[in-house]
Amino acid sequence: MSLILASSDAVTFPVAPALVLLPLLGAVAIALLPKRHFEQAKNLALVVSTVVGAITLWVLFEFDQADAGFQFVSEQSWIDSLGISWLAGIDGISLFLVVLSGLLFPLAIVAVDPGHDHKAYYAWLLVLEAGCLGVFVALDLFMFFVFFEIVLVPMYFLIGKWGHANREYAATKFFLYTMFGSALMLVGIVSLVSLHASETGGDLTFNLVTIAETQALGTNAARFIFLTFALAFAVKVPMFPLHTWLPDAHTEAPTAGSVILAGVMLKLGTYGFIRFGLYLFPEASVWFAPVMITLGVIGIIYGAVVATMQKDLKRLVAYSSVAHLGFIIIGTFALNVQGIEGGILQMVNHGISTGALFLLVGWIYERRHTRQIAELGGLQKSAPIMAAVFTLVMLSSIGLPGLNGFVGEFLILLGTFTAHRWWAVVATSGVILAALYLLWAYQRVFHGPAEGENAEMEDLKWSEGFIMIPFIVAIFFMGIYPKPVIERMEPAVERLVAHIETNVEGFTEPVAKQGAGNGFGDLEVESSEPGAEGEKHE
Amino acid sequence: MVELVWLIPAFPLLGFLVLLVAGRKLGEPGAGIFATLMMGGSFLSAVAVFAGLVDRNESDRFYELTLFEWIPSGDFSVDVGFLADPLAITMTLFITGIATLIHLYSIGYMHGDANFSKFFLYLNLFAFSMLMLVLGNNLLLTFLGWEGVGTCSYLLISFWFTDEANASAGKKAFVTNRVGDFGFMIAMFLAFFTFGSINYGEMLSGAPGMAAGTATAITLLLFLGAAGKSAQFPLYLWLPDAMAGPTPVSALIHAATMVTSGIYLLTRVNPIIAQANGWAPDIIMWVGLFTALFAASIAVAQKDIKKVLAFSTVSQLGFMFVAVGSGVYVAAIFHMITHAFFKALLFLGAGSVIHGMHDEQDMRRYGALHKVMPVTAFTFIIGWLAIAGVPPFSGFWSKDEILLGAYNENKVAWVLLLVAAVMTAFYMSRLVFMTFFGPARWDAEIDGEVPEHEIHPHESPKTMLLPLVVLAGLAAAGGAMNLPFTHSLKRLEIWLEPSLFGNEQHINVAAGTKWGLAIIAVVGALSGVAGAAWIYLKHKAPASLVEKPIMEAGWGYDTAVSNFMGGSGRKAFDATTRFDETIIDGVVNGAGSVVKESGTLLAKLQTGYVRSSAVGIAGGAVALVVYFLARTSF
Repeated sequence: MSLILASSDAVTFPVAPALVLLPLLGAVAIALLPKRHFEQAKNLALVVSTVVGAITLWVLFEFDQADAGFQFVSEQSWIDSLGISWLAGIDGISLFLVVLSGLLFPLAIVAVDPGHDHKAYYAWLLVLEAGCLGVFVALDLFMFFVFFEIVLVPMYFLIGKWGHANREYAATKFFLYTMFGSALMLVGIVSLVSLHASETGGDLTFNLVTIAETQALGTNAARFIFLTFALAFAVKVPMFPLHTWLPDAHTEAPTAGSVILAGVMLKLGTYGFIRFGLYLFPEASVWFAPVMITLGVIGIIYGAVVATMQKDLKRLVAYSSVAHLGFIIIGTFALNVQGIEGGILQMVNHGISTGALFLLVGWIYERRHTRQIAELGGLQKSAPIMAAVFTLVMLSSIGLPGLNGFVGEFLILLGTFTAHRWWAVVATSGVILAALYLLWAYQRVFHGPAEGENAEMEDLKWSEGFIMIPFIVAIFFMGIYPKPVIERMEPAVERLVAHIETNVEGFTEPVAKQGAGNGFGDLEVESSEPGAEGEKHE
Repeated sequence: MVELVWLIPAFPLLGFLVLLVAGRKLGEPGAGIFATLMMGGSFLSAVAVFAGLVDRNESDRFYELTLFEWIPSGDFSVDVGFLADPLAITMTLFITGIATLIHLYSIGYMHGDANFSKFFLYLNLFAFSMLMLVLGNNLLLTFLGWEGVGTCSYLLISFWFTDEANASAGKKAFVTNRVGDFGFMIAMFLAFFTFGSINYGEMLSGAPGMAAGTATAITLLLFLGAAGKSAQFPLYLWLPDAMAGPTPVSALIHAATMVTSGIYLLTRVNPIIAQANGWAPDIIMWVGLFTALFAASIAVAQKDIKKVLAFSTVSQLGFMFVAVGSGVYVAAIFHMITHAFFKALLFLGAGSVIHGMHDEQDMRRYGALHKVMPVTAFTFIIGWLAIAGVPPFSGFWSKDEILLGAYNENKVAWVLLLVAAVMTAFYMSRLVFMTFFGPARWDAEIDGEVPEHEIHPHESPKTMLLPLVVLAGLAAAGGAMNLPFTHSLKRLEIWLEPSLFGNEQHINVAAGTKWGLAIIAVVGALSGVAGAAWIYLKHKAPASLVEKPIMEAGWGYDTAVSNFMGGSGRKAFDATTRFDETIIDGVVNGAGSVVKESGTLLAKLQTGYVRSSAVGIAGGAVALVVYFLARTSF
């Protein structure tokens, strides 16, 4: 255990606390701004989130890719009597989610103006950032739970206050639904901690690594507690049939809210499954894997089918998330290196693609004041550059090889095929549907003749173009050269899989056979003599 | 010189990137000339690599060049790397050569288009993707090219996007192809599961030890992918609609290159097909045969010149699948090349006619065009003779090889394929007679409509005619690359041998029989031509004798599929959506209102309830943070 948590001695900067505290302090500072300087709120939020983004990038470059354990570990005792401490660290599994959050927030902040109550808006956004980063670095169950809950608050206010027409309903639904899920998890966490203490005869501890590495719980207890965690995560992801808060929340949220909701917050659930589900409850994960994969596959097909029929462009993108997140679930519960790595990649890639899609849809809404597909049309004529960017992002979302979305999806399906062949076959049919709903939407919005206001719509502005550049760079980089990303997550993922193998009797990682030859030299080349007999296939 | 293989796709990639940045500045014709030069560079590189391979020992003609590791994950790893072997370089040569000619042709054809540079941008991107498809040294890189060409096809079909029909055709092509891609993807997973690698060298050399069941599955899954990309029944639907794109696109993508990808893919994995159960290649052969007949029957009754050529392409691709299914891979590749020559020529010729006829595509308004468009007519006639199977033009030689392979495999198949060949000669003659001969019907009233302006047909500019002349030469003489008279004249067969690993079917037919079969084929072709002349030139019989409405409507298959998609399919999607709104979400909202109504206390608080708990959580969190800060000593 000490090895897993050994912090590399070169790093002295308290990264994890800084990632959480900086945005929080920024939020406080914005709240303290005099009312008449409200326009400074955006600048302040941008500066703070950019600094945080820069720190995450620094973490990325400082990260030791050979290390399977947690790095940048910071530990501080907190409530000693209950065994609760501030324990944070980053490993290959959380690294890219931290970076994704760090980069997505400044882009979301700079991209769209809320229109009113600037101070509160930017303050809540920064609180949200602190919460999200807190979840990704937390290695103490209590601390994790606190951050997991905290993120609900700013998002509730962002939707409820700066959202669209039906915002109150959507915000309430979002809040109650997700809180209902996490309430059960709190029960799970408390039982887990007390059972662990009684089984080991030691003190209470909320330390994730200690609990996970000891594996003190009985099989049945672990399965029950896994279920409480799984329910909270399943709502957050969201998995079918717990997904209906998502289209409402996404559609009603302001653009920045949708970007963060899709890009970062949905990943709290899928990340939770990997970090807390598989790690804490390896046996239960194996046991429940068929159920989870089934639900994931249903989500892929179902989300795509429902997305196809949406009349609201933003709702369509929201339902596409249900399908994309289904892929992450099946990859995770394939329980092999390809599946899990594909899942993590898909988390990052979905953040990039769907984040960009929500921005583009938001900009169309700003110009046309409608998201109804039927009212749009022929926009490629009036806004060719926006159409080109939309096409690229759409293709990345469809999973075109060479762009980011493909790599994750491919690895997920490859891993799932190795573990559960027929489910992978069904899931693969989701790639047909993804092309259907996005291309059909594109055709109705961008192709055809442009009439009325559609013919006059303003093309992408320079400032908007600049915001898109990081997305475009990421789309190509992750698609063409994902190796450095995968390499950094591999040791941690391999360690997780080994952890499952060690702790689950009779479980071995589902891997491919090795029947390959040594290359063309092994094959006989027919001589070119006349009359030489060729082999006939039987 | 084989080390230069990376240059082949690098040229069009560079062209794409430059046009992306500076396409508008280069403008017309700069962008077109630049893109054409890039393709020319690519062709020259291909020639250099070809020369390098020829220099090598026969068993040493597999040159692999790895650029970098693409996706490594656990025990899975795949590279971005090239494989230059006789099969890949054969493909590369004709792809880059024809692409160069069609780029040149497009400079004239796209003259005056508002998105002139964008067209060449897409064209270069297409060429790059196509070259990745054939040069990739693993299944995944082939798949990258496979999807890339599909995307370019989508972008180019819907190039004139303001017309809804074009946009729909583009979408239809992409989505239908995805059905095939589904098979391709599962085949990759199964290949990885079986071999632990999807690198061609490792896979194919491991193939002899594999189980027949697995080999059968991989073969059929890849064939599903091939049937999508190469427009075989039942997935051919997208190709006739794809004619909505500019005509050079139809020539390059939807006739000469992209649609042959499926035949390339199956030829590439021939050691796996060799391990499959015998009925797997039989399925390939019969599907190809059925498609060849089916599409030919539709082509007979089409009015639109491009539609005739489109169904003709579907039919000719069917011939190639018959060859693959019969195990005569050389014949498949041979016909692929000659078809690329004569079909590109025919499409470009049709484009020249359409251009000269002010975008009129209905053949009933053509006639007598050989007088005003002599070069187009002359080159077109060479293409016609080639596809009809008249010796010594190229199509005769390659089609004869396929017929021979079919005869060797199954006599019934041979008879049916011969019927398809006769139909080919018939519908192509019909097209030529209606377009270039007979009386001029340029301003004819058809279905109660007359053209808005008087039409004055004219010959096309030189940039369009030069490619026609070059392709006509190739279509005429292309058969010389593989003549059946002596073994040493079968140059293509000898050259491709290393890539086929002895899996090329040995033909057990006496020399006399071969002569007999060839004579029957020629007689068949000529009778097809004569039949068409009887009806369309001499008017001795009414056209309605052969042009049945059901054939013009493609036997109603397309309509049936559209009706199903728009009817039951859409209803099922709608029902799912309503299920989501009323049942799944209804339960959630129902639970909400039950809670709301059951407790009066809660009912009073309901509006404020969420907000106060939100504030409660926030307050609790602040308290925790304060507590934490108080206990900490940084």
